[in-house]
Amino acid sequence: MADASIGLWTVPLAVLGGAIRVSTPFLFVSLGECITERSGRINLGLEGTLVMGAMSAYGISYLTGSPWLGVLAAGITGALLGALHAGICSLPRVNDVAVGIALMLFGIGLAFFLGKPLIEPTAPRLPAIDFGWWSDIPQVRAALRINVLFLIGVAIAPILYWAFKTTRWGLLIRTAGESSDAARAMGHSVLLIRLRATMVGGFLAGIGGSFLSLFYPGSWNEGLSSGQGITAVALVIFARWDPLLCLWASLAFGGAAALGPALQSVGVTSGYHLFNAAPYILTLAIMIITCSPKRTLTGAPAELSITR
Amino acid sequence: MTTDTADPAEVVEAVGIAPAADPGFLQRYGATIEYILIPGAALIGALATFGVFVALHGKNPLDLYFYMYQGAFGTWFSWQNTLTRAAPLILTALCTALPAQLGMVIIGGEGALLIGALAATSTALAMQWAPPLVVQIAMVIAGVIGGGLWITLSGALRQYRGVNETISSLLLVYIALAILNHLVEGVMRDPASLNKPSTREIGAANMIGTIPGTDVHWGLVFGLVCAIASYILIYHTTFGFAARVAGGNIRAAKIVGLGVGKLIMTICFLAGGCAGLAGMIEVAAVQGRTNANLAAGYGFTGILVAFLSRQNPLAVIPVAILLGGISASGGLLQRRLGLPDASVLVLQGIIFVFVLASDALYGRIGFLKGKS
Repeated sequence: MADASIGLWTVPLAVLGGAIRVSTPFLFVSLGECITERSGRINLGLEGTLVMGAMSAYGISYLTGSPWLGVLAAGITGALLGALHAGICSLPRVNDVAVGIALMLFGIGLAFFLGKPLIEPTAPRLPAIDFGWWSDIPQVRAALRINVLFLIGVAIAPILYWAFKTTRWGLLIRTAGESSDAARAMGHSVLLIRLRATMVGGFLAGIGGSFLSLFYPGSWNEGLSSGQGITAVALVIFARWDPLLCLWASLAFGGAAALGPALQSVGVTSGYHLFNAAPYILTLAIMIITCSPKRTLTGAPAELSITR
Repeated sequence: MTTDTADPAEVVEAVGIAPAADPGFLQRYGATIEYILIPGAALIGALATFGVFVALHGKNPLDLYFYMYQGAFGTWFSWQNTLTRAAPLILTALCTALPAQLGMVIIGGEGALLIGALAATSTALAMQWAPPLVVQIAMVIAGVIGGGLWITLSGALRQYRGVNETISSLLLVYIALAILNHLVEGVMRDPASLNKPSTREIGAANMIGTIPGTDVHWGLVFGLVCAIASYILIYHTTFGFAARVAGGNIRAAKIVGLGVGKLIMTICFLAGGCAGLAGMIEVAAVQGRTNANLAAGYGFTGILVAFLSRQNPLAVIPVAILLGGISASGGLLQRRLGLPDASVLVLQGIIFVFVLASDALYGRIGFLKGKS
């Protein structure tokens, strides 16, 4: 019995596997939001983008038979929602936080509306790579079945870090985020930079959503995302707008989110709902510890409305 | 439903002709006209867009408007349904509108509603020996305190730790839902509730009942009283004046010696108290017990109501009735047109987007430019 032989290791293994699996949507949404916020705008609508991405990925995967087309469709949907956010925000006197809330409700509603016929059918899911082939223990193998999207997300984080630091585009986004006057003086349209940053951010968040419906949990239903999007937005603040820190924070949050199911698998069911709320409690706790009323956060883009 | 399909531009002109003849009228009421005209136009634009959306789904938009009107305001039955739904919306909208006076964006009304419902239910279950009126009063107090403290938490985190109140209040919604599920499936569970874990019933005698001659419960009166009291508090008391000063310019408020911390805490408590009261009403007038049914989205629709009424506590009343009507018509749309129940959510989302985009129009309407 492999089960008996690893005994107490089941929980940490499940948490590790969960950290890898559950963290992927956190990772994509937080990296996307990182780009958007660095350009000086906050998009709270990524919760809606995540759900819309999940729905469209599932639908396209079901219709075409190709999950990768589904991922692409999710990204495009996300980019369109991002364009809508940026478009409305570029009107005078419109508050980006409020638009985000509106698009969160809109995205969720639209996804439920269009996704009604998708609850029944089964769509082809994304493949996983078996990194646990060396082990005989099923739990280890389950924990190390890793989706390609996770690896892509892990690769994007350092690329983004590098791009912010050294490329022209990174500099432009940071300029728009730190001082829109400076960007304007350099002859660039701040609105256009933010439009692109929000669209790229939405694209990534949509892909994060496709992971939810096409890999883990791997089906489309209306309870698919409950606050992962907004948790990821808070995570960016905690990660100080640094893509590499976003990666570590996502892994930590994924682990926290996997705690409930992991404990349930070994028979601890009493606090199931409370353990499921662990990511939200963790987010709140971290924000309480790291924020301060006396100074703005280090690394915060100066143009960002939410930190002023 | 001819007004719904009318072109926004026509409406703008139609209203514009009469008052434009008298500049004094515009001087006095220009701002009020703008506050009615622009959200109204946004609403019509949103309904038109939703019509197109529905037409793309192969349904006739005129049927849509007809059934929406029928389901919301067409009959006495639908009016009662609408008003019943408007009651919690007024209260959850106040949960966003009151902190907005201080420049805070609180979107956690749903969480305060759930905590208020839990507090009210626990109180009623603990006081089964008491006469109904005592139990009901205790439930109101418990609901208000429960919801109030929940939102005060967001306010305190903002004031003393600098934590963004929008994000913290939304996170608290998910935490509140987890607490509710934990208690309802655990210590508070009625062993007789098999399919849907629920608490025990608070008892038929302790329900708050309906307004005589109607099927509308007393929650509507609670909502109206709270909205009017909030309006008086914000616009006709020194406390409300201080709050608006702090909302306009926090540095100026500190310089003139206003206790901003105390303002934030008080307003947040009142705001959460309103949403908590909505939770109490849902328990004591509709559900009779606490279970996951309470998370029906009243808290989130309340955010939309608050923004559509431009955070004015008095304007919250008609807007809540309007939005209550839209959600009341959802059932009819489902039965007659075969639209999914989420179509109400889509329409709400479209309205929200239009209303926010219409913020850009203020001060730009030609005939109103001369206003003071």
